[in-house]
Amino acid sequence: MSSVALDVESKDVHSHDDHEHHGNFITNYVFSFDHKVIAKQYLISGIFWAIIGGGLSLLFRIQLGFPEANLEWLRPLLGDWITESGKMDTTFYLAAVTMHGTIMVFFVLTAGLSGTFSNFLIPLQIGARDMASGFMNMLSYWLFFVASVIMFISLFASTGPASGGWVIYPPLSALPQAVSGSGIGMTLWLVSMVFFIASSLLGSINYISTVINLRTAGMSFAKMPLTIWSFFITAIIGTLSFPVLFAAALLLVFDRSFGTSFYLSDIYIQGELLEHSGGSPILFQHLFWFLGHPEVYIVLLPALGLTSEVISTNSRKPIFGYRAMIGSMLGIAFLSFIVWAHHMFVSGMNPFLGTIFMFLTLIIAVPSAVKAFNYITTLFRGNIIFTPAMLFSIGLVSLFISGGVTGIILGNSALDIQLHDTYFVVAHFHLVMGSAAFFGMMAGVYHWYPKMFGRMMNSAMGYVHFWLTFIGAYMVFFPMHYIGIAGFPRRYYSFTNFDAFSTFTDLNTFISIAAILTVTAQFIFVFNFFWSMFRGRLAPLNPWNSTTLEWTTPRKPGHGNWPGALPIVYRWPYDYSKPDADKDGFTDFIPQNVPLAKTEHSNTPEEKVLVELDEKFEQLGEEREKNPFI
Amino acid sequence: MTTALLFATGAILILAVLALVYRIITLVGIAKGDQKKKVTTSNKINAALFPIVLVVGSGLIMWSFNDAKQFFLPEAASIHGKETDHLFWITMGIVFTAFALTHLLLFTFPFLFQFSEKRKADFNPHNDTLEIAWTAVPAIVMAVLVIFGWRAWADITAPATEDAIQVELMGKQFAWEIRYPGKDLKLGRYDVANIDNTNSMGVDYDDVNAQDDFTAREIYLPVGREVELKIRAIDVIHSVFLPHFRVKMDAVPGMPTRFKFTPTITTAEMRQKTNNPKFNYELACTEVCGYGHFGMRKLVKVVTQEEYDEWLMKQKPWLEKNPDYLSQWEAKKAKTASVAKSH
Repeated sequence: MSSVALDVESKDVHSHDDHEHHGNFITNYVFSFDHKVIAKQYLISGIFWAIIGGGLSLLFRIQLGFPEANLEWLRPLLGDWITESGKMDTTFYLAAVTMHGTIMVFFVLTAGLSGTFSNFLIPLQIGARDMASGFMNMLSYWLFFVASVIMFISLFASTGPASGGWVIYPPLSALPQAVSGSGIGMTLWLVSMVFFIASSLLGSINYISTVINLRTAGMSFAKMPLTIWSFFITAIIGTLSFPVLFAAALLLVFDRSFGTSFYLSDIYIQGELLEHSGGSPILFQHLFWFLGHPEVYIVLLPALGLTSEVISTNSRKPIFGYRAMIGSMLGIAFLSFIVWAHHMFVSGMNPFLGTIFMFLTLIIAVPSAVKAFNYITTLFRGNIIFTPAMLFSIGLVSLFISGGVTGIILGNSALDIQLHDTYFVVAHFHLVMGSAAFFGMMAGVYHWYPKMFGRMMNSAMGYVHFWLTFIGAYMVFFPMHYIGIAGFPRRYYSFTNFDAFSTFTDLNTFISIAAILTVTAQFIFVFNFFWSMFRGRLAPLNPWNSTTLEWTTPRKPGHGNWPGALPIVYRWPYDYSKPDADKDGFTDFIPQNVPLAKTEHSNTPEEKVLVELDEKFEQLGEEREKNPFI
Repeated sequence: MTTALLFATGAILILAVLALVYRIITLVGIAKGDQKKKVTTSNKINAALFPIVLVVGSGLIMWSFNDAKQFFLPEAASIHGKETDHLFWITMGIVFTAFALTHLLLFTFPFLFQFSEKRKADFNPHNDTLEIAWTAVPAIVMAVLVIFGWRAWADITAPATEDAIQVELMGKQFAWEIRYPGKDLKLGRYDVANIDNTNSMGVDYDDVNAQDDFTAREIYLPVGREVELKIRAIDVIHSVFLPHFRVKMDAVPGMPTRFKFTPTITTAEMRQKTNNPKFNYELACTEVCGYGHFGMRKLVKVVTQEEYDEWLMKQKPWLEKNPDYLSQWEAKKAKTASVAKSH
């Protein structure tokens, strides 16, 4: 606590008289302590990784969609990974699948999403000048950068990057003789992830302490926007679960390099009996999924938080069931820690555990359903404005439902027997976690771009981008359910070896074409994103007529965010279309920093009582300007 | 070099087109004075696209499902498989209904409640009755599904009956090996340390139960008899997947696993049912295990009890087929024993 406080002090002394922090290029844009700069660093890194991860998916979709094709034309890119007969190397196929998963889950949807928006929005929406520790925040990004560099280098290893699936189950990931990617590629994977975990922890601890300690006067937990709630809960999940992945990875490093047998036992491979004895591959799976499952919510909750904000703002209605939304997020977060073994129903673990985990898993459907219903009800009798962000948010709700409902099937251990590790699972998680989180991220970028760069993105291009991506995502992932019901296993290079799986070739071609088009459509966004930084229309101060605090800052907030005193919060963030607001001189929204005393006509009966607190918050705000530690 | 040049030119061209489009859209927007309006015509277009996508999408889902149905696996060929299939389609019906209803609302609300200057949105922050209702309904549905799932799961994972046929499946990169217990109906012990070029399953031939064990190239099973698969692996994790029997269980090095099921349809009957004289039950691997993962195939033949007995009669114990092995075995044992002594 004390170090957190100290950091605030040193920064605050700086920013009090001199809000424009003057530094050189290195301190302003490279090793910056400013949360907004760090957020943009995360975002641009995330976009870079998304292009790589998306590109990898195209490579293996080409193989799956056109198994007969001559891929000689890919040789300039892939070199010897294209065999002499013009086919994709089967090990490279596995490597592409593995790296696609790793990159998308960790580097795009964890770092790119949480890293960007937790950093950008927490201080701006709770009324803080910066993160609790700007230094730790900077360190967090640069550790992520080191992780990125190492993971990127691993793509060029001559024996290939890690190729045992993103879940890196040992013994496959432990033994270089089992698959060539488990050589230097796997070593780099593990080293990279160690840096990644450290980065993630530094970030999460910072987010948690910022939300707890640095809320401006009047910003009680019950007045926090749902975005902040979601980042806060996500950070707690990350802090509790990532260390377990670290432990799992560390034990794997020991097994790989120092001859221990945590995960290895009774192995005879390539004509050689290994000395490892007494380990359990299932132990790794338990440890991995203890992170792996919460990870799903680390990816998803921030997206849901962003969506809550965007849907409410653009429906011009308060989010329906604010408290129920918080409650269901807390419920999901709690349950996310006790459902991990539903990934392991047929791993050979005790069937009794399967029963328990099936029960717990299906409970998680309840808070998820509540969230979906609340989003839909927020739209009901709204006055909806379709910004690109709003379209992506509605898209998210759709994908969240369509991907979520199949979770009810997969979470049922008896049904999972047939569907486990088939394309049904691939369809399920790409919709509910991959696409939904991606849509949330896009909603966030379109919505907060004006605050990030002081300019507007081109909305017409945003509309085209949305409809192509939305229809594209369904074209890619919906047919995968059919393939999964037919029993097609995941991570198969081709299906022609089996009579049972030699159907559906046309459908696989269709999916591949849809994937190519959908990924290509993302370049509309990439162009729009970078071009608008320089050519976009200048952003108004509050382009979406939103109530939250970030829109009370200058067009391009400087270091410290608010040039004068910090804003004081008097009301919850969802006062949209409040009855009788016009009598108080407001249109269809009342910002959070408007005192209840100024809105006598539109105050609800509860608020009429709470008016008294206005003065207290004002006093507190004034005192804090003199001494920020009260 | 020329290809690189071609790509670069193409990229620049696309970039130029995008920039031009961007500029035109911006200029048209300024000409129409869009900045001063709360919404533009595009709001109506986007609002209308949602119900259009709903209608077209529903049509596509129905059409594609009907079209894809023919490729789904034929009816389950095991007792538990029929049950889980039934449960699957019931659950699918429930969740598809939920999916359809929520999407009906989600895609019509944007159209119905699109922005209009004349209207004001409702201020409706919460409704406790509604919230309780839609918490309770999913909870009840889930509870029912859990109970059915749990009962099926408990049956499937219960211990096999005593007269179940035991078959051992051993996964390795990239093949399956099959061992039957022989006349004594008991599988002999094994140890990876015993594996050599001949004894690829590492069977312990000091064990009397192992003497009459035999290996097979295909899995033969009599119809209507319970089978207990004894599953293991010797290098990395594999997974036994018998799609037609709705059977799946990982094969884990160092931790033997099991799965029991009862085949109900013979291969011959299935050939008639599917109108495919070449039909065969297959065994596939479903846990990624290396570059040959997609080729780990074995055939399963389900036959009548008589055919099975006949087949059994023809099988010779492994030791009989490898008469030289026992002497090699003894020598190996003696060697390890002396090594152990000298330590």
